[in-house]
Amino acid sequence: MNILATQQNSENYILDESDRKIISVTQTGLPLTLHPYNDVAEQTGLDVNEVISRMKNMTDQGIIRRSGVVPNHYKLGFKSNGMSVWHVQEEKITQSGEKVGALDFVSHCYQRPQFLPEWPYNLFAMVHGKTHDEVHEKVKKIADLLAGDNLAHQVLFSTRILKKTGLRI
Amino acid sequence: MALDQIYDHEEIKKMQLIQKLLNEFQHDFPVTSTPYVDIAERLDVDESTILELLQELDKKSILSRVGPVFRPNRIGVSTLAAMAVPEHKLEKIAGIISAYPAVNHNYEREHHFNLWFVVTAENKKILDRTLEDMEAKTDIRIMSLPMEKDYHIDLGFPLKLIDGGCSHD
Repeated sequence: MNILATQQNSENYILDESDRKIISVTQTGLPLTLHPYNDVAEQTGLDVNEVISRMKNMTDQGIIRRSGVVPNHYKLGFKSNGMSVWHVQEEKITQSGEKVGALDFVSHCYQRPQFLPEWPYNLFAMVHGKTHDEVHEKVKKIADLLAGDNLAHQVLFSTRILKKTGLRI
Repeated sequence: MALDQIYDHEEIKKMQLIQKLLNEFQHDFPVTSTPYVDIAERLDVDESTILELLQELDKKSILSRVGPVFRPNRIGVSTLAAMAVPEHKLEKIAGIISAYPAVNHNYEREHHFNLWFVVTAENKKILDRTLEDMEAKTDIRIMSLPMEKDYHIDLGFPLKLIDGGCSHD
């Protein structure tokens, strides 16, 4: 299934009360027990088979992007987190977003509104690296890829994480 | 220098197992009643070994979490917000913003807009009210940049933990 089809589905899918219960107990992760979905079943008052089939369905619908073992990249040495922001020509934004979103060193790639006059940037790509230099090299690769469709860009490094929770919705 | 001169065989085996776990299951954690049995079969170890390893990684904060990753903006609404905070006020303002339960990420970044945070809410009305409340409390204008389109194809993050630390080149 391609990503745009997934998005389309997720926008049409209506979550019901049971889906919401499952989301609220799993959004910061499953418990680290041998039978985590049984624990979710217990906490939501649903049957374990229903929990599993609903989670599979939400995955098919694009509500759940993936289920996985999610490492803490910062702890693993990816200490440099650069938010690269791009002012891409309006008519080239979809094409540019798709190109940048497919790069394996980009962890998030979103189109966002401009905030003029201070903020002309409409495409955001999060780039991680072990050092600032590594992030700069990757940003350069994006710049080369976008070439003339990119009118201006910047990279904003984080100097401090002031708050971070697992809740991402 | 060969790693086997520094680490004993058991430790190397363990690191290889960690690397496999973190790479092969970033978007493939089983949604079944016995996920650890399924993982153990694939990695040819027993299920308690896998669970204990994940618990250890969790304790060391190497693990962010295990389980579903939800697509943003599907359950509620959210926005990426930024403020240009005078340096001497940063500590205080960051504290006020982080104290909102609706804020799940708050980063200091090197830029004129130096405070970047994600605000979530059940619906747009509540989100707008929260942003207004933040502006009133801090007396600083918020630049709100909600996601318009997600271009990222989420394939996880390839990690190389042994042979020279980690990289994802």
